[in-house]
Amino acid sequence: MLELLNTLYVTTPGAYVRLDHETVRVEADGAKLLQVPVLHLRGIVCFGNVMVSPAVMQRFAQDRRSVVFLDDRGRFAARVQGPTAGNVLLRWEQYEAARSLARSAAIARAIVGGKIQNARFLLQRAARETPDSAESKTLRDCVADLAGILERLKAASEINVIRGLEGEAARRYFGSWDLMIKRDRQAFALQGRQRRPPTNPMNALLSFLYTLLTGECIAAAEGVGLDPQIGYLHELRPGRPALALDLVEELRPSVADRLAIALINLRQATSDDFVTRPGGAIHLSDAGRKKVIVAYERRKQEQVYHPVLDRKVPIGLIPHVQARLLARHLRGDLDHYVPWLYR
Amino acid sequence: MQIVVAYDVNTETAAGRRRLRKVAQICLNFGQRVQKSVFECQVNQAQLEQLIRQLRNEIDEGEDSLRLYRIMEPRDRHTYAYGIQHVLDFQEPLIL
Repeated sequence: MLELLNTLYVTTPGAYVRLDHETVRVEADGAKLLQVPVLHLRGIVCFGNVMVSPAVMQRFAQDRRSVVFLDDRGRFAARVQGPTAGNVLLRWEQYEAARSLARSAAIARAIVGGKIQNARFLLQRAARETPDSAESKTLRDCVADLAGILERLKAASEINVIRGLEGEAARRYFGSWDLMIKRDRQAFALQGRQRRPPTNPMNALLSFLYTLLTGECIAAAEGVGLDPQIGYLHELRPGRPALALDLVEELRPSVADRLAIALINLRQATSDDFVTRPGGAIHLSDAGRKKVIVAYERRKQEQVYHPVLDRKVPIGLIPHVQARLLARHLRGDLDHYVPWLYR
Repeated sequence: MQIVVAYDVNTETAAGRRRLRKVAQICLNFGQRVQKSVFECQVNQAQLEQLIRQLRNEIDEGEDSLRLYRIMEPRDRHTYAYGIQHVLDFQEPLIL
């Protein structure tokens, strides 16, 4: 079984990451900040102006460890790509499935189903924990509506219908989102999901978490030898990691959304952790970003039950497990792709 | 698993000092230094065997001494540390 290895996040401006024998050394202003064996790292994520030596990039690309560069707001900029490896027959099957409308639709339906189901679990839990009975009722109504959409999804066999139902579910879900926020509801109102740029703290927090999650899903797809760009639910577009985005969908509610809500409700993130940029874009501050990464990494260590594997798995490995299940389905070893459901 | 590696390398000769540097570097490749000749390494079975093989290839078994101990996990419940500490848990979030 795969081990959950750590990710090194370098946010210090001007830091230099270099290879020293079998270790990674991070230096800034001539002083050593950290030295960690390569074998402990699954990847490095660099924010803004961070230098990585060619030796580190080559070594990591060779081992299929990831090196990802994000800009100083946490948006994806680049990643280091090693030689194309993995099973060519598996990739062939991946392309064949993408060409087949029926196979694509079946996978997309499973993913959207998982996403909606996970969103329902999240709302259900919030409904149980809400003392205000009117709010609890609104949340339960939303849960019921999502159940209705799931029911209609069962009969959907056309990709555009599936995408439409996903959009409808997302609007309904984000429409009730604010009721799950218990603290500073004014400051952290979502007011509908918006990106590029996010214009309020809640959207900024979600965007940042989704970026981290997408990086993990790209690595997970690469890890099992799948092409991260050929997806089923997301339309193909040059440079877009469609398959990784597919894998992200079912993880959003239970991994990212749940964490975002917990951060606010437990007052681990406050309004001070966000900064407004000229033009009205809102982003996490340097300190806020560190807090969120710490919380995210801790969340990844948590063990959860995986119904298909019938065992406990750290949350951080779920993208890898799902990528593996998808690969098994594409190869024909599994009749259906089974999304991950988390209660 | 958590392994403590402790060694004595005879540094009377230039060859000995070279062995000392090499042994320390091998330990660094697998873990971190907690005292001058004491390292803690988080490894799996295969990595442990690699570590031992590399160390035994380096030391002079007539001159030096090498000892490895396994710590009962969780480490923080079975490890007592006092005085100057510059130990980092590589399993914790690594953010710089």
